[in-house]
Amino acid sequence: MNLVMVGNGMAGVRTLEELIKLTPELYNITVFGSEPHPNYNRILLSPVLAGEQQLDEIILNPLSWYSDNGITLHTGWTVKEIDRVKRIVYAENSQGDKCSAPYDRLILATGSNPFMLPVPGRELAGVLAYRDIADTQAMIDAATKYKNAVVIGGGLLGLEAANGLMKRGMMVTVVHVADWLMERQLDKTAGQMLQKSLEARGMQFRIGAQTQSLIGNAKGRVEQVLFKDGTHAAADLVVMAVGIRPNTALAEKMRLHCDRGIVVTDTLQTVTDPRIYAVGECAAHRGIAYGLVAPLFEQGKVLANHLAEYGIGRYTGSLTSTKLKVTGIDLFSAGDFMGSKDGLTEEIILSDPKEGVYKKLVIRDDQLIGACLFGDTVDGSWYFKLLRDGRNIADIREKLMFGESNIGDVGHEGHNKAVSMPDDAEVCGCNGVSKGAICKAIKEKGLFTLDEVRKQTKASASCGSCTGLVEQILMFTAGGDYSATPKKKAICGCTDSSHQEVRDAIREKKLLTNEAVFKALNWRHPTGCASCRPAVNYYRLSSWAKEALDDPQSRFINERSHANIQKDGTYSVIPRMWGGETTADELRRIADVVDKYKIPTVKVTGGQRIDLLGVKKEDLVNVWKDIGMPSGHAYAKALRTVKTCVGSEWCRMGTQDSTKMGKDLERAMWRMYAPHKVKFAVSGCPRNCAEAGIKDVGIIGVDSGWEMYIAGNGGIKTEVAHFFTKLKTEDEVLEYTGAFMQLYREEGWYLERTVHYVNRVGLDYVKKKILDDEVGRKALWERLQFALEGEPDPWFEFDKAQVDTRQFEAISV
Amino acid sequence: MLGARRVRRARGHEVAVFRSAENKVFALLDRCPHKGGPLSQGIVYGESVACPLHNWQIGLSDGCAKAPDEGCAQRFEVMVANGEVSLNINELNSLALE
Repeated sequence: MNLVMVGNGMAGVRTLEELIKLTPELYNITVFGSEPHPNYNRILLSPVLAGEQQLDEIILNPLSWYSDNGITLHTGWTVKEIDRVKRIVYAENSQGDKCSAPYDRLILATGSNPFMLPVPGRELAGVLAYRDIADTQAMIDAATKYKNAVVIGGGLLGLEAANGLMKRGMMVTVVHVADWLMERQLDKTAGQMLQKSLEARGMQFRIGAQTQSLIGNAKGRVEQVLFKDGTHAAADLVVMAVGIRPNTALAEKMRLHCDRGIVVTDTLQTVTDPRIYAVGECAAHRGIAYGLVAPLFEQGKVLANHLAEYGIGRYTGSLTSTKLKVTGIDLFSAGDFMGSKDGLTEEIILSDPKEGVYKKLVIRDDQLIGACLFGDTVDGSWYFKLLRDGRNIADIREKLMFGESNIGDVGHEGHNKAVSMPDDAEVCGCNGVSKGAICKAIKEKGLFTLDEVRKQTKASASCGSCTGLVEQILMFTAGGDYSATPKKKAICGCTDSSHQEVRDAIREKKLLTNEAVFKALNWRHPTGCASCRPAVNYYRLSSWAKEALDDPQSRFINERSHANIQKDGTYSVIPRMWGGETTADELRRIADVVDKYKIPTVKVTGGQRIDLLGVKKEDLVNVWKDIGMPSGHAYAKALRTVKTCVGSEWCRMGTQDSTKMGKDLERAMWRMYAPHKVKFAVSGCPRNCAEAGIKDVGIIGVDSGWEMYIAGNGGIKTEVAHFFTKLKTEDEVLEYTGAFMQLYREEGWYLERTVHYVNRVGLDYVKKKILDDEVGRKALWERLQFALEGEPDPWFEFDKAQVDTRQFEAISV
Repeated sequence: MLGARRVRRARGHEVAVFRSAENKVFALLDRCPHKGGPLSQGIVYGESVACPLHNWQIGLSDGCAKAPDEGCAQRFEVMVANGEVSLNINELNSLALE
């Protein structure tokens, strides 16, 4: 089939990239672009203007990309007419030559045109818009010859243009008709702070001024801008940046329905002709024509999906955020940052004019609906996420203003502001990726999403503690409107379904095997991949206890061999010691095993267990047998350890028997697989020697009973557990802990720790489910006991635990 | 069933033999080109295996890592006849011995 695309810009070409990924062979593709360049990153024109980047650095798809993918590219050809009956596109180049191309499917990606103020003198030389490479080049040239520039429009684009011209040595005056700068992205206070900091750099402003006309000199070049109040400003160059309009001229000529853009459906098809699609700035979806790159890429993905005949994607609109690309000025806004005057919205404001910091959060019905940040935008991406997810923020309201910084504490020298980091500073401490390397990859490879950066550089691809930093780097390198991680995140590249959708489908349709899941949800690869297989396996097992069968080949090696693989391919063995208590007999057996199998290292773990390191795989079965202790599951996404202090049996301070409580908890819940590893601790008094404050469940004995804490974490980002409730008896401790665990098992996403699960759903929700709902709590606890009843010990009951013992023998030749 | 076994050689590192879900059989040196992880212990999917140490994705047919990672594990010839898998003894005795 023939696919023709009119327009060669970012949204359209991204669509083709997505399409080729899905189905490289289905279409003969032809692209017409009226600019003489291959697809380039329009967002980065501002850094080019400011002299921070070169033109050739912003090319996204070089000519070779088109030829490598068999795409016929006509640059410098403008499409003049399209015959919808015969399905032929007619184009013309600047020499007046003509050509045509037939189509079966047509994409209109004609972008938008800058809006030119209808004032006298706008046809004079030196009056420009700011839209493409040609405009940018003309501005750069003008800056070398002339002195005075006037930018009309104090919005995002206008200020970036003004900043660039100023950096190239011109005297710049910004004319803005509204009451403050960037009035569509900032409130008055932030707009005025922005003006102040730009004035400090030498930019001049005429706020509230209305342009009357442009006056030319004898040579026909602009010389002056005349305002309605009779004043004027000298201008050798005038840049109009007062807005853009979807470019619908061609579509209207073709008699496609247009209303503030080419009107499209949720599959990006025009409402008039289903063979014709529109994507990008020219398309109006549910009444909105987007101008930022993130939503356009989301559209491209859906459109590619539809063209590839999968037909399962729907575009349902996007929320957008804004960031200004003026080096050294931090500014972020998203959502409804103005709030309403009807008294239904509340605002939290932090203002420190001296330090140049201003933050405003707008809240409605316990949800964050808007944010406007100036001077300190570290938490922009976090606020944006809260906004899009519509999470109830009641439980974090008092801390909201101070930010989450979803940035870890470790591995990057405590940096939490990417801007201030030098290029050689290490961002990702796991994979040794520097800030410079990330910036370079983003620029050279044209990356827009966190996933792309992870794939290309490996930054934040391991432990993830630097994700926040990487997102910041992405924001200021790729441009303000970088493609924020979409709200709905697919499990992996095999599917568009999110974790929640997969889990729901498994429950609703009772899908008992991986194959059934892959089939029911239209997986792209029939056997999935190393990311989705373990997740799907877990969802099946946790949804259908005793009915779904484990697939060991969908588990990571540690859970398949029931030991932890080490860097040299040997394994470690950690036997279970209930509550961290052991005996002379057990220690003797461990010592004998160490001698017999020549185990090189014996170590005490952080969770009060003993770790034997460097065991050969073929010895594992015998090591387990000789030690004769149960599996410690130290290798599994499961209950690892219950750490305890000495407690009232021996300790002179102890108020409760924490060791016994810990042993009881461990015996009740061992063999419990979960979305991620789970650690408990029990302390016998508030001195809390077992460090219960940083565990998934921490129990602290007090004179009158037990305090229960949940969702702590001692790892990547140290998180103090939340006080959950006070309990009287040991049975209650078991029941409440078990109920919380079962809730997490049923609702947590695979590889989501309790801290992230509780952050996602909110502590109030967990309280409602467990503290306020006695029937529900008891049912949860019963479901957990049902699931665990009769679960095998994988170190001894190989058949029942489906341990394939063939893996422990090597075949010799 | 998909999965992998290890074959020990007289000399040199072990060889991993893989089976895909479609019952195709492949053999590679059991060492990831990245940091020497035992590929036989990884998760097999499609015609690839994910290294158990750092999740490099290695193609089973050519032994090469998927972009942006670079490097290849030595391939070995495999023959399957009447349900029996054979490796080439000359290759086992000569390839990647160090």
